[in-house]
Amino acid sequence: MKFASLPQLSDAHYRRPLLHTPFFEASRPWIQTDSFIAWTGYSTPGVYSTTEHEYFAIRNSCALFDLTPMVKYRVSGPDAERYLNRVVTGDMRKLAVDKVVYTLWCDDAGHVIDDGTVFRLGPQEFRLCSQERQLEWLQDSAFGFDVEIAEITADIAALAVQGPTAFTVLRAIGLEGLEQLKPMAMVHQDWQGHRVTVSRTGFTGDLGYEVWIAPEGAALLWNSLMEAGRNRGITPIGYEALDMARIEAGFILPDVDFISCKHTIRLGRESTPWELNLAWTVALDKGHFNGRRALLAAQATGPRRKLVGLELDGNKAAHGSLVYADKDNTLQAGEITSAMWSPTLKRNIAIARLDAPYCDTKGSLWVDLYLHRELQWERRNVRCKIVERPFYIPARRRATPPPER
Amino acid sequence: MTRRFDAIVIGAGHNGLACALDLARAGRKVLVLEAREQVGGAAVTRSFAPGFSVSGCAHLLHALPQSMVQDFGLQRHGLLLAAQAMPTHALRPDGPALALHAPSGLNAADAQAYGPFQKRMQGFGALVAHLLNTSPPQLSLTRWGERWAMLRLALRLRLMGKSAMRELLRIGGMNVYDLLDDNLADAPLKGALAFDACLGGEYGPRSPGTVLTWLYRLAGEQGAGSSGLSQVLGGMGAFSDALGLACTAQGVHIRTGMAVQNILTREDKACGVRLADGQEIEAAIVVSGTGLKHTLLDLLGAPQLDTGTVRRVRHFRARGLVAKLHLGLSALPVFTGADAAALRGRLLISPSMDYLEQAFNPSKYREIPEHPALEISIPTLNDPGLAPEGKHVLSALVQFVPYDLGPDPQAARAKLLQNIFSVLEKHAPGLGALVEHCELLTPSDIEREFGLAGGHWHQGALSFDQFFINRPLPLYQQYQSPLPGLWMCGAACHPGGSVMGLAGRHAARAILESRSAP
Repeated sequence: MKFASLPQLSDAHYRRPLLHTPFFEASRPWIQTDSFIAWTGYSTPGVYSTTEHEYFAIRNSCALFDLTPMVKYRVSGPDAERYLNRVVTGDMRKLAVDKVVYTLWCDDAGHVIDDGTVFRLGPQEFRLCSQERQLEWLQDSAFGFDVEIAEITADIAALAVQGPTAFTVLRAIGLEGLEQLKPMAMVHQDWQGHRVTVSRTGFTGDLGYEVWIAPEGAALLWNSLMEAGRNRGITPIGYEALDMARIEAGFILPDVDFISCKHTIRLGRESTPWELNLAWTVALDKGHFNGRRALLAAQATGPRRKLVGLELDGNKAAHGSLVYADKDNTLQAGEITSAMWSPTLKRNIAIARLDAPYCDTKGSLWVDLYLHRELQWERRNVRCKIVERPFYIPARRRATPPPER
Repeated sequence: MTRRFDAIVIGAGHNGLACALDLARAGRKVLVLEAREQVGGAAVTRSFAPGFSVSGCAHLLHALPQSMVQDFGLQRHGLLLAAQAMPTHALRPDGPALALHAPSGLNAADAQAYGPFQKRMQGFGALVAHLLNTSPPQLSLTRWGERWAMLRLALRLRLMGKSAMRELLRIGGMNVYDLLDDNLADAPLKGALAFDACLGGEYGPRSPGTVLTWLYRLAGEQGAGSSGLSQVLGGMGAFSDALGLACTAQGVHIRTGMAVQNILTREDKACGVRLADGQEIEAAIVVSGTGLKHTLLDLLGAPQLDTGTVRRVRHFRARGLVAKLHLGLSALPVFTGADAAALRGRLLISPSMDYLEQAFNPSKYREIPEHPALEISIPTLNDPGLAPEGKHVLSALVQFVPYDLGPDPQAARAKLLQNIFSVLEKHAPGLGALVEHCELLTPSDIEREFGLAGGHWHQGALSFDQFFINRPLPLYQQYQSPLPGLWMCGAACHPGGSVMGLAGRHAARAILESRSAP
């Protein structure tokens, strides 16, 4: 195991611990609300103008989202594949070069630490993207492997370009090879003097791409996209609009829809992959990996609870509400982790964590909903039922070549 | 064509042999593989100069359970004791040696307090002895057997009586310096008692947890029963030879000179071993008597384990601080104040607790003590066969010598020898002139010679965080490794080292009781 040196930070980082991304100066003219969130050490817009406007750009035109703060690690070396196969639940032997896969990783007890995506850049080089910083776990896991782990979050700037016109906009700035680019795959090319990687990935469940570039090329990329997308409705979006799209797409967030086992304090609040309904991400047949022995045992005893999709009556989003098995609200079945009124689907949807006896309920469940209406709290007993996730999958999401708009 | 065994035991140390023997007694076909040419691991007789032999590592038995001698018929297989119930004397450069069983010259308060204090500590030692004789229960307590074991333990504690129980809970985590200061005044007596509390570990008398290690020592002595402190005729190797013969008589196959290179797995289960020469041998289970890190990180390999487990294994502390000195002497040395009976027993040079603490302090910084503390035995007085006629062997444990001797190990060794001889000369004037042969094994030599990780006598520090339920690792299925079919039986497991064979015997019982028993 080799330790890569830590990224060099100037003393500016001490004066202002939260960084701006390389897109900040270029994006500044579009920031209207000055509403920022802290995201893994960066300050990024929660919203640029209004959340609804930005949300509709994702579904109807083209949204531009700065995902530079997403934590990125380079995993390289002769044992890189064997190493990742021991860390994550998926089978990395099946991941071809220039392909991407969604995966989980677990601790010894088979409890999920985090989820993320693995990009295979070469036979011995991978990029792991995650919500949380994982360097300590990744480096401790490297003991006994000939592999180098490097935190490269600050070395790569990334923009998600998502929505019906995303393909057309990217082609308009001169990026090539996108017609035949399938979902969860990537292409590399030289663009305006910069090395650019485009992957057909995203967190919106729509047609979309993520564009990866060195920080020096960030401003040029932003400005080119905004210019080329002007007549195709391109709109910079913040975290809030993205969060709406990801619920419709059925994607889950650590510490929102499940608690990372590194963050739980109370016993039993952790989750196995089965409990996240992500059995398809676990390759029990690939040989040993972290948590495998515990997962085999957990598989035998069955999940304690499960994440499910819910559809509720009415149009009021049920953030954090309790779910009951009976109309009288005496049998608690679980709780809602994410919820929204879906403007595109015109449905009241939610992701909920239901206890084992209730997670396959065919009939009605009940949600205890509190509404704050003109300074008065009102209580509603709302009927709901379990439905398939994802809630929203447009045909363009997977269409290759994608439709021109 | 490889032969199939029910179990392969890696390492013919006394715990490995004890485990193999118990498995064979239960009808299992067992193969023991030993990398060295002789059995015994650290319990061997070592020829360190022409005509001179000595017990290589541990030189006296203080904790060998009577049950082991009887169950295994060790006397029938040649185990003879050259001396039993040996006394311990604390040497003083300017007066008669202090006999720990009946100290003279104490002030009135100490004379009155010593007996009851000793008795109370031995009572607590008896409770710890109960722990040593028990396989630790799982903390999960999901099985009735484990709940029952915990209840019995609690009951035993309670049956000591309320005040004794409170006293044990009060002193259990203390350091031995404060405990002895609270009870006694005599500096030489306290220095000698504290020596036993610090022997073999990485702690001085003021280090926390040294009351526990003292109780551990007292507990071992209780297991030994009436033999007390004893010396094996022919050196410690004769004990291992007897154990080896008992194994062979029971049908255990012992192969020496066969180093295991890897533990083999099939479908996430241990299924055999590969030897250094490439030969593969299959077995239903593999039991390792060698150290925790060597077994799991070298023989099995970190990739077969989970990250959290690897992290805990790597953090398992094993830093030995005992060096071993072997001297071939042309004549019997004269120790000031020690009569013939004292010379035949165990001699301590630890004149006060401060002396001991000061001998410990430099080790923290990888430095050599100015005045080392010593445990001395002259085995040739009880067993003349260990040296040419008329000559003698002096065997000494030297505390506290760091594993890492710093940038210039040769200079550090020379300085250490010089310091040891200056201490010895003070208590035995003229001893230096009698020395014909001299061998000094520092912890790193002990690691190399005997395969003990870090040169630690217990294969890993004995302290609260690595004791009983926490040994070798917290949340670890004692004796059963995380890999199905791979078991551990060495001193890294409860109850740790000392020549007592309990870790090996507990492991055998756990294997035979397990659902996947071969």
